[in-house]
Amino acid sequence: MARMATTRRVVVSTIGAWLFGFLIFFPILWMVLASFKTELEAFAIPPSFLFFHWTTENYATVQERSDYFLHATNSIIIAGGSTLIALLIAIPAAWSMAFSPTKRTKDILLWMLSTKMMPPVGVLVPIYLIYKSFGLLDSRIGLVFILCLGNLPIVIWMLFTYFKEIPRDILEAARMDGATIGRELVHVLTPMAIPGLASTMLLNLILAWNEAFWTLNLSTSNAAPLTTFIASYSSPEGLFWAKLSAASTLAIAPILVLGWFSQKQLVRGLTFGAVK
Amino acid sequence: MGQITLQDVQKSFGPVHIIKGADLEIADGSFVVFVGPSGCGKTTLLRLIAGLEDVSGGKILIDGKNVVDTPPAKRGLSMVFQSYALYPHMSVRGNIGFGLKMAGLSKDETNRKVEAAAATLNLTPYLDRKPRELSGGQRQRVAIGRAIVREPKAFLFDEPLSNLDAALRVQMRIEVTRLQKQLGTTAIYVTHDQVEAMTMADKIVVLNGGKIEQYGSPLDLYEKPANLFVAGFIGSPKMNFVTGEHALQKGAATIGVRPEHLKIERDGAGGWQGTIAVAEHLGSDTFLYVDAGPLGMLTARYIGELSLHAGDHVSLVPDPARIHRFDASGNAIRG
Repeated sequence: MARMATTRRVVVSTIGAWLFGFLIFFPILWMVLASFKTELEAFAIPPSFLFFHWTTENYATVQERSDYFLHATNSIIIAGGSTLIALLIAIPAAWSMAFSPTKRTKDILLWMLSTKMMPPVGVLVPIYLIYKSFGLLDSRIGLVFILCLGNLPIVIWMLFTYFKEIPRDILEAARMDGATIGRELVHVLTPMAIPGLASTMLLNLILAWNEAFWTLNLSTSNAAPLTTFIASYSSPEGLFWAKLSAASTLAIAPILVLGWFSQKQLVRGLTFGAVK
Repeated sequence: MGQITLQDVQKSFGPVHIIKGADLEIADGSFVVFVGPSGCGKTTLLRLIAGLEDVSGGKILIDGKNVVDTPPAKRGLSMVFQSYALYPHMSVRGNIGFGLKMAGLSKDETNRKVEAAAATLNLTPYLDRKPRELSGGQRQRVAIGRAIVREPKAFLFDEPLSNLDAALRVQMRIEVTRLQKQLGTTAIYVTHDQVEAMTMADKIVVLNGGKIEQYGSPLDLYEKPANLFVAGFIGSPKMNFVTGEHALQKGAATIGVRPEHLKIERDGAGGWQGTIAVAEHLGSDTFLYVDAGPLGMLTARYIGELSLHAGDHVSLVPDPARIHRFDASGNAIRG
């Protein structure tokens, strides 16, 4: 009896989980489906789910109208570059706070996080003006810089929590074994921190890839990443659902693939410290 | 060589004095145990010697050279941590050989020494495993292997056995002692377990509240405790303390008698009268916890089986030659 009840519960919760997962995933699925429809079918009522005229014409049009590869390259440079620089700054910062904390370390961490609480639009005008004066508008370096600064607090926080979890004893053991600070970093700390570094890097790549506020406001064409590329399809000529969907699918495809292959790392990164 | 001398070593964290001036002379090749209750500063003192903490005052001499400004890596000591602190990403071979690699030894030399150390510790079959694939006892042995392979001036052990289960702890205790004797290397061993201290040490340092209460051989401490603290801390079960009239008769503020030095008489009229509250029969020993009225609870130990039970009336007669006398400030009165 009890056993039957458990089985039923498992079945119900499994179905529930799948339904919920499907619900979350549905917009993405719908977008992908819409990208293969004709413009007319894309907003037809009632909508057709699978039985429509499949076409790849939207993708051809999108590539023809705007240079996907230019924007994709921009996205890679901006996301990759900002992540790399953020890590270079964050590793020593998190390292020193985790291993030689002072009385004010907690305050500094909170202060860093507090910068994320301010809505970015609050500094849009000053940043825009500064960028204009320095000729950074629509430049890759400008976007790398702003995204790096924007995500730096999160990167430092994540790395700090990772480093905190590395037992001090092990570093002291290395010191007793005759390792200098440099060799301790190379031979002991870094290998132990690789999972943490990897998931921080992945999360930051995704954040930077999807960032739309600054990229939309500070770039137009040359440095425009995929977010700007998508936005250009909700254009003055009206909404082209199918083409917009095709552009969006193209834009999220690389990061979706990356996320898919690294989901284990990501989940670990996001729940780090929450479960023992 | 591994002679370690502490001269008025002090350590404070802000306003808190952890070590209040320690003087100590550790002879080359001896096994010295730091023992004391938690928070007494024994681990801090060890870490000061290791160089993992900086002294606030005083000198630490290793083979006559003051090392207070020398980083831990250069002091020529090796340490075994309570948590083992193995490098999780390295194999057993990598763990044991790390110190040699840092010292710049050739690969062949390193391998030869690592294998010799592994053989001593029965770790040869596990050389290519990662620490997570080992049991607690094996991890402990790897940690010891890492310490011995470098042929240091002294080993520092920080409660190395406290994470092991009781049976394994006894076994490792014997192994560590034997290994130390075989290598003849100075060892400083921190524990809160006085049985470990008594069984392993050539000399024991009893610490309390950041001060060295007594430094001597295990039997010295047992037979001639310098004060009430050492008398109460060394020996199991604890020494019985009696104050008041009985103590005054002996010319002391407090007298102490160990449970094994109380003669148990069923219906004697002399000695200290009481009723058994709890009797523990271990076969090899019998422990009696006796409610002795105004004297409080007294513990008596009988070697072998004694058929006495809770509620029985007994009289406890202290062995006059084994009575310890203490003055009002708790220091032992000799003579």
